[in-house]
Amino acid sequence: MTGSIAALGMGLAVIGAGIGLASIGGKAMEAIARQPEAVGDIRSNMILIAALIEGAALIAIVFAFLVA
Amino acid sequence: MVACFFCTLAVAQHDNTDHGDGHDHSSHDHPHAVDHGADGHHELGCGLHGHHGGDFDPGATAFHHIADANIYSIGPLGIPLPCIPFTPGKGFDFFMSSKFDYDSHGSGANAYNGFVLDGGTLKRVVDGNFPDGLIEGVEIGHDSDGHSAMCYKDKLYPLEAKSTADFGIFGGGITGFYDFSITKNVVSMFAVFLLMLLVFRAIAKKYRSRPSEAPSGLQNFMEPIFLFIQDEVAKPFLGKHYLKYIPFLMSLFFFILGLNLWGQIPFLGGSNVTGNLAFTAVLAIFVFIVVNLSGNRHYWQHALWMPGVPWPVKLILTPVEVLGLFIKPITLALRLFANITAGHMVITIFISFIFIFGKNGTFVPGAWGASIPTVLLTMFMMAIELLVAFIQAFVFTILATSYLGAALEEGHEHEAAH
Repeated sequence: MTGSIAALGMGLAVIGAGIGLASIGGKAMEAIARQPEAVGDIRSNMILIAALIEGAALIAIVFAFLVA
Repeated sequence: MVACFFCTLAVAQHDNTDHGDGHDHSSHDHPHAVDHGADGHHELGCGLHGHHGGDFDPGATAFHHIADANIYSIGPLGIPLPCIPFTPGKGFDFFMSSKFDYDSHGSGANAYNGFVLDGGTLKRVVDGNFPDGLIEGVEIGHDSDGHSAMCYKDKLYPLEAKSTADFGIFGGGITGFYDFSITKNVVSMFAVFLLMLLVFRAIAKKYRSRPSEAPSGLQNFMEPIFLFIQDEVAKPFLGKHYLKYIPFLMSLFFFILGLNLWGQIPFLGGSNVTGNLAFTAVLAIFVFIVVNLSGNRHYWQHALWMPGVPWPVKLILTPVEVLGLFIKPITLALRLFANITAGHMVITIFISFIFIFGKNGTFVPGAWGASIPTVLLTMFMMAIELLVAFIQAFVFTILATSYLGAALEEGHEHEAAH
């Protein structure tokens, strides 16, 4: 098997991001379903948290790039 | 204040910290056996391999497109930029990068004062005895280990690798010279700075001269964004002190937004300023300085000797809080850097698909076939990148505001149960 194990690390980081984003997205959907008039607030907060989760995953990906 | 902001940012480019370049050479797979005899134009003297001859290397291309350069290449034009290296012991040098007589790939054919242009970047010849002045007829390439080197009169001169700010952990190190050049990133920063200056001066003049009129033109565009940051970010977090920090936060937001968008404009040299860790680190340092200088007694007390908890917990909490003091700006820098760099790299790699499927020009139907889904994918990716540009600028600003808000928070009474 050739290649770098850093690719595995990147994949694992993306799994974490996927779980986190799916969680926040799902909860946001439920919240909107409960209270449709709050959709604007919920959407902005959801995007903010999604950016933070993505940030963590991308930091891991960039470090994986560096060590390989 | 804005001027100091930018001067410091320009100086921050002193070591072209590109965290990709020290490592892309080792991840090349060089098909050494492939094009040896057929067309020897990328086999240079002294056994060096040309940077861009031979097979297409998507990794190296991606890293090249997110790196800083001493040439501003707009389409087919390669505009030379001033190089201002400072060598301790020799002093400043000032020359245009056109002295290197570079080709379309940015590899120079001349050496000047011990410097060469390798793939668009200024590099120094390691050998201190290399003659000064303009030396013509050099060949730049890299050897089989992937280290850049220069061949002149059949003698191999290794070149210094680019600075990496990892203190040698990943095998990098600092170059022997300080690079104060006006590189592509610096030019982009000045361009966005001028743009912001023009736009906001025009809008402010309009507000001052005709304050009761309905907004029009550029005002219409900027006002919602400005008010959004002021009402959703500054006021909730900063409370009554918000007016003092609005200039800083607005500069931060619009500068990051402007540079993110500038890097997304196709064919404009693809300057990746916010995707440069040195740049985002300087922004994070600014946030660090502003937050800690604004910290009141309550903030420091909470950080260093949290009241209301038993003393063994205080002993554990203090190192954690002090670490957090530094980790928060570090994550700010890394988050912006990683998001923007990842976006740029993905777009570059998508476009590389065309070349990979076309087997570097030899298999045209493959290239045509690949270009259709690639263009669609790239358009989609660029739409996401526009979103990311706004979101990352917003996230940087809102986190900076939240740290500032924590620093400015007024005390509330502490009982035993905190």
